[in-house]
This record gives sequence, C-alpha cells and structure tokens, in this order.
Amino acid sequence: MAKYLLLKHYRGGPTPVVEFEPLDRWAPDKVDAHIQYMHDFAAKLEGTGEFVDGQALSPEGTFVRYDGEDRPPVTDGPFAETKDVIAGWMVIDVETYERAVELAGELSAAPGPDGKPIYEWLELRPFLTEAPAVTE
Amino acid sequence: MNETPLRELIPAVTGVLVRRGADFATAEDAVQEALIRALASWPTDPPADPKGWLITVAWRRFLDVTRAESARQAREARVEAEPQPGPATDTDDTLQLYFLCAHPSLTPGSAVALTLRAVGGLTTRQIADAYMVPEATMAQRISRAKRTVSGVRFDEPGNLATVLRVLYLVFNEGYSGEVDLAEEAIRLTRQLTSMTDGEEAAGLHALMLLHHARRAARMTPEGALVPLAEQDRTRWDSELIAEGVAILQIALAHDRLGEYQAQAAIAALHADAQTAEETDWAQIVEWYDELDRLTDNPVVRLNRAVAVGEAVGPHAGLAALEQVDAAVPRRTAVEAYLRERTGDLALAARLYSDAARTASNLAERDHLTRQAARLHDVPRVLREKELRHR
Repeated sequence: MAKYLLLKHYRGGPTPVVEFEPLDRWAPDKVDAHIQYMHDFAAKLEGTGEFVDGQALSPEGTFVRYDGEDRPPVTDGPFAETKDVIAGWMVIDVETYERAVELAGELSAAPGPDGKPIYEWLELRPFLTEAPAVTE
Repeated sequence: MNETPLRELIPAVTGVLVRRGADFATAEDAVQEALIRALASWPTDPPADPKGWLITVAWRRFLDVTRAESARQAREARVEAEPQPGPATDTDDTLQLYFLCAHPSLTPGSAVALTLRAVGGLTTRQIADAYMVPEATMAQRISRAKRTVSGVRFDEPGNLATVLRVLYLVFNEGYSGEVDLAEEAIRLTRQLTSMTDGEEAAGLHALMLLHHARRAARMTPEGALVPLAEQDRTRWDSELIAEGVAILQIALAHDRLGEYQAQAAIAALHADAQTAEETDWAQIVEWYDELDRLTDNPVVRLNRAVAVGEAVGPHAGLAALEQVDAAVPRRTAVEAYLRERTGDLALAARLYSDAARTASNLAERDHLTRQAARLHDVPRVLREKELRHR
C-alpha cells in the first residue's frame, strides 16, 4: 500500500476549467451539498479501508521565522493575495498510483454553485516511505 | 507480557471454531475479541490452560453474536445440519488460514492485514499502528477482506506463492511500530516452513534471516542509510547468518530453484564476505542471471548491472544498465554510482541529485542527497588542497 496526499488549493495550480465565485458567495444549500460531498467521500474511503486523514485549513496563515538568538520569532502576513493557498488535504492509503488518481478525480467532482461538478484541480503527492529491508 | 506464545495459539483457536461450524468471518472476530480480553487479563491472572481459555471465551463470544443476529435454535439447527469435517490437526487449520488470508482474490494490502490478524494474532490496533492508518480504517480493510473470501471453502487447496508474497511484503515494507513486523514476518515464515516442505518457503525464510542479520548495521543511530559496502560487518548477526545459510543449503539441495532461494543465495554470498572487497561478485552475477530467468523483473536486471559493475568494472556495469528501462526506480542512482567510478564526477553529481528528487523513501533520498553534496563539494576540496600545496 502507498500513502498519497490529496491537496486542495483555493488558488494556484493549473488554470481552472470552470471559474467560480468563492464558496461564501454560493447559495447556502449548494455550500451544504459541497461540504456533504467531502464528508461522504471521506466516509466512503473509511469503508474501503483507504482513509488516513483529512483536515481543512483556514485560508489566512502567518509566516514565521527564526530571528537570531534571544530574539522572538518574526511573523509576517497574513497576505490577502498570495499566489497559492492550500485549503485542506486528505491522506489516502491505496494499493496503486492508478487508484490514487481515480480517487482524486472523484473528489474533484464535488458539486459547485450550480450543483454540477466543479472540475477542480487537486494536487496528488506520494509520501516518502520507510526504507525497504531487502536492498539487493 | 511476551505476547508471542499467545499469538501462536490464535490460528488454531480459529480453526477449532470453524470446525465446530462457525463461519470464518464471525469466528475470526470472536477470536480477536478473546485475544483482546487475554491481553488485558492474562498478565495478572494467567490461565492454567491458555488454549482452552481462548476456545471457551471465543466460542461464548461467537454464540453471543450469532444469538443476537438470529434465533439460537435456527443457528444450531444449521450447524447441526452441516456435515462435520473429518479429523484435523491444529497444523492443518493453521496452514489453511495462511492460504485463506493470502487468497489470490485479495489485494496485497488486504491480504497482509488479514494475515497479520488471523494468522499472526495481532490486534487491529497493532496492525493499524504498524501501517500508520486509523484503527477504524484498518478494521474496515480487514472486514472487507473477510467478505471477499467468504465464499472460499476453508479446506480448499491453497496457493503457496501468494502466501510467500504476503509474508515477503510484511518483512520488506513494515514500519517500526509497537510490533516489530520484520520479526513477525520471520516468525510466520518459520511456522509455515514447519508445516510445508516447499523449497521456496525455506528460501524466503533464509532470505529474511540473512537480511535481518544486517539490520543493526544498515542504519546509523541517527537513521541514515549505510550502504552494504560501508557497513560494519562485525555488527552483522552471525547466528542468524549461520541459520539462514543452513536453511538455504537444505533447500538448494532439492534442486528446485525459485526466486526466493536465488535471492537468498545472493544475500548469503554477501554474508560470506568478511570485507566488501572479498565479495564474490562473479558468482553474484550468475545468481542474478538465474533470477532474471525465473522472474523477468526489471529490478533484477538493475541489481545485476550493479553486480556486473563490481565484478567486471563500471563500464561493463553501464553497458548492462542500458538494458534496464529508464522508468525503473533507482536506475538513476545506480548510474550515478557507476559514473562516479568511471571518474565522471560532474555527471555523477548531477545524476545523484536527480535520483534524490525521485527517491521513494526518505532514508534513500537523504543518502543520495549526501552523495550529490559530496561530489559537488569535490571541486572546492581539490581547490583547497591545491592552495595548501602552493
């Protein structure tokens, strides 16, 4: 089995196939349907024994860095218009890369403001594994 | 509490329930429940007859569950009506469980999970922990696997090849959680070889012992990968090596070679060398040729190219590498190593960087990054040396 990260971006990645208003401008029932789709997808994967984790992130983040000894860390941001904003992620544990692509494609079909799939780009990243015991 | 003696009883107990007429899926659940209770109560209150205790608790659990599902009488009537299987031993039951849990209809991941639970006697939580997934996910994976094999007859003749593949996966791809999966794979393979006389089961057992013998030398305390040639061979476990070699020799004497015996033979040749320089690479190349005939696996051809590089020289190794598809993982790392040995340090450094970017595991990526850094550093080292000489 191999673990993959499905990364959902608010912005960034390839050019969207369909342009949408942000979620907070949708009709409330369409927002509910979109969120329900995510929940159902996670529940389905738990049922197939492929779900590992799923989390949503606040779009507003802070940049933090070390600023030398005996000094507090420096913070910067939040920035309203950064190029790439990560909305959340899901971690799956699947038999093959093909299965990971299939599931990402399914998650990308979540319903949009018109109730139809949003064709959203999801980023698929493999986790690095432990080193195998047999090497030659 | 040492859990191994308890775990060893699990498949036989499941076998007893199945022979009393329980279906495998429900029986296995009932035994898991008994196992969890045993883990809780045995440390303070060990039973006089551990196996009898497990059978009693599991059978009671099975009756409770089936009673809740349907009227007890209906269940008992059905059980009564079933033909009673002939006399069987614990060994037969355990072997049948190996076959069932690695049934070819299961995906490798499901077969691994089911084998660890029903044959290995691990709890769902321990398996989930070992594979770093939530317990609920692992529970579902196991119950789906049981549904997949629900139509398989318990006494159906099994497929040893898939059993060996599953045990190999447990050994090779285990994480280091609460349960040591490498040790567990060795235990299950040893148990399997005591029940079958297959040379390949013995070959896999030997292969595991020979690789496990090197475990202490394979990583630095900080977790960095140590290549075979640089390992401190005094830290190899000579007892495990002797055991592995002895098992392999008996298997090879039957003259029915298979891929695990051939892989074990290669590991044995490495184990036999007191220093990396003493390695009999020519013979290792011959074993890779055998392995190539047996498996048609591109990874074998890649490893063969490494061996040719050592036996003949880096240019011969590079020539052998040309027959390996560019998409094979670790091919770039091998080319980097061979290029460095031909003296083309700039190309080697670039290839090491490429290989690090596409490595699929962390220890290997870090190792390749260090190799790239070392070679990128060469011009600076040479310059400094030159300055000192002036």
